[in-house]
Amino acid sequence: MDNKIITCINCPVGCRMTVSLSEDGGFVSVTGNTCPRGALYAKQECTEPLRVITAVIPVSGSNLPLSVKTSGPVPKEKISAIMHLLGNVTVSAPVCTGEIIVPDVLGTGADIIATRSVACEKL
Amino acid sequence: MNNQYVDLLIVGSGPAGLAAAISAREEGIESILVLEREQEPGGILRQCIHNGFGLHRFHEELTGPEYAQRDIDRVRELNIPVECGTTVLSVSGNRVITCVSASKGFRRIEAGAVILAMGCRERPRGALCTPGTRCAGIYSAGTAQRFVNLEGFMPGKKVVILGSGDIGLIMARRMTLQGAKVLACVEIMPYSSGLNRNIVQCLEDYGIPLYLQHTVTDIRGRERLTGITIARVDEKRVPVPGTEIHFDCDTLLLSCGLIPENELSQGAGIDISPLTSGPVVSDNLETSVPGIFSCGNVLHVHDLVDHVSNESFKAGKAAASFIRNSFHAETRFVVCDGAGVRGTVPQRISAAPQEDVQLMFRPSGVFRNATAVVECGGQEILRKKAMIYTPGEMAVLTLHKELFCTLSDHIITVRIEGEKTNG
Repeated sequence: MDNKIITCINCPVGCRMTVSLSEDGGFVSVTGNTCPRGALYAKQECTEPLRVITAVIPVSGSNLPLSVKTSGPVPKEKISAIMHLLGNVTVSAPVCTGEIIVPDVLGTGADIIATRSVACEKL
Repeated sequence: MNNQYVDLLIVGSGPAGLAAAISAREEGIESILVLEREQEPGGILRQCIHNGFGLHRFHEELTGPEYAQRDIDRVRELNIPVECGTTVLSVSGNRVITCVSASKGFRRIEAGAVILAMGCRERPRGALCTPGTRCAGIYSAGTAQRFVNLEGFMPGKKVVILGSGDIGLIMARRMTLQGAKVLACVEIMPYSSGLNRNIVQCLEDYGIPLYLQHTVTDIRGRERLTGITIARVDEKRVPVPGTEIHFDCDTLLLSCGLIPENELSQGAGIDISPLTSGPVVSDNLETSVPGIFSCGNVLHVHDLVDHVSNESFKAGKAAASFIRNSFHAETRFVVCDGAGVRGTVPQRISAAPQEDVQLMFRPSGVFRNATAVVECGGQEILRKKAMIYTPGEMAVLTLHKELFCTLSDHIITVRIEGEKTNG
C-alpha cells in the first residue's frame, strides 16, 4: 500500500486528501475530503489525471499567433508530447474559432482547435 | 475641432465595457459609442489563452479569447460601434470626453451618461520596494503573458516568479510549456492568493516549488538579470538573516497585485475609495458624479470574469435608466467594513433599491468555518456561514430589496465572525 497526498481543486476550501493506492498503483480509498466531489477528483487524479492544454501556434503571414486548445481533457502524461508536436505546426489565415487544427491529437480522441479567429491580412 | 454627442459613452471594450454596451442597447439606448485604446476589442481576455472562464455564466470552461468573442459577436449583432485605437484623454464631471486616434485626430464628445470600464493594471517593480540593480529581464507577469501569447516571443529562459497571484501561476505553466525553466514561485504571505486549481495545475504539475513567507532580497545583473536572492520573512515580513537562497536566472516576473486604473475617474472629480482604489459607487454602480457609472476591474479587482460581466450588465441598465429618465437615485445607506472585511462594494445604497443588492468584499485573511454577518443599527440582517473565507476569493452576500424599507438606521456594517488561520 502506498499513500499519496493531494490538494482538491474543486473549491477554495482546498482539502488536503490522503489517497491509499494498491501495489500496482490502483485506487483503494481516500480520506480528508469534505464532500463527494473531492473523492471523485482524488480517484481520477490518482488513476488517470486529465488536463485541457492551451497554447499558441504561428500563423503564416500574420504577426499575431493563433491561440488553440484541446477540445477536451487529455492525459496529463501527454502534455509534453503534444506541446512538442504543436511546436511544428503552422497555419494559414483565415482561421475560424472552433476550427480543427490537428484532429485526434496523438490518439487522445481530442482535437486541437482554434480559440480565436484570424482574418486574412489586408494587402 | 470635431464635436459629437452620444447618449452613452463607454470607456474600454474589455468584458466590462462589452457587457455594459450590450445591456444598455437591450434596454433601448440607440446612441452608444465604445472607445478602445488597443487595436481590437476584448481587453485582457485576448491574452488569457488558458481555459476556465465562463463556468458561472455559460456553464462551460472557455478560454479568454472565446469568452471575449461571445460578447464581441453580440455587440456586432446589435450594431454597437466600437472605435479601436482611440485613447481617452479626459472625462469631465459634466460628461465631456476628449479622445485622440490616428484616424480621427483629437475629438471632444459630449455624453448623456458615461460608463468607466478601463480595467486595472499590475503593480510595477517601482511600487514593490525591491532592492538590487535596475537591469533588464524584470517584467510584470501580464507583460510576459502578452509577449508569449499575443506577440509570439519568449521573454527569458530561466525564470523566478515573485508573488503567487493567478497571473503569476498561469505564467509559471505557460513559460514551462514553451521551454523555459521556472525555478521558483516566491510569496511573501503565508498563503497564496491564487486559486488551488492553479497551484496544483500550474506549479505542482511541473514540480515548481512555492516558497511561502519568502521574498526577494537582492536582484543582480548589470545589463541583463543574472540572478536573485530570496529569504524567509518573519511575522512582520522582515527578511530573516541566514535563510537566503540564491537563484541564477535571466528573468523575474512580478505577480504582486492589481490596481484599478482610475486616472480618468480622478480627473472627473469622482470620489475614490482608498480600500478598493476604485470609485465609491451606489448599488446601481453610479459614482459620486451623477451620470458617470463604473464597473469591472476599474471599480474593484475581481477574480472571475463572470462577476465582471454580471456587474457590468447592471451598470449598462442603470445608465440606460439615467439617460431615459434623468433618474438619479439619492443614496440613504452607507456600507462600512467591519472586522475581517476589506473594501466592500457598493459603498452606498439607495433608500429603495430596484433590485436585490449584492455586497462584494475581500476577507482580510483566511477564516475557516466562519460566518459573514451584516448588521444595521445593532440588528443582524444577514448571516452566511462558509467553510472558508479567503482573500483569494471575493465573498458575495445578497440582501433582498424588500429588506431596506424595514431598516431604521442608515449605517450597514459587514464583518466576519471567526478565527483567522494561517492558510
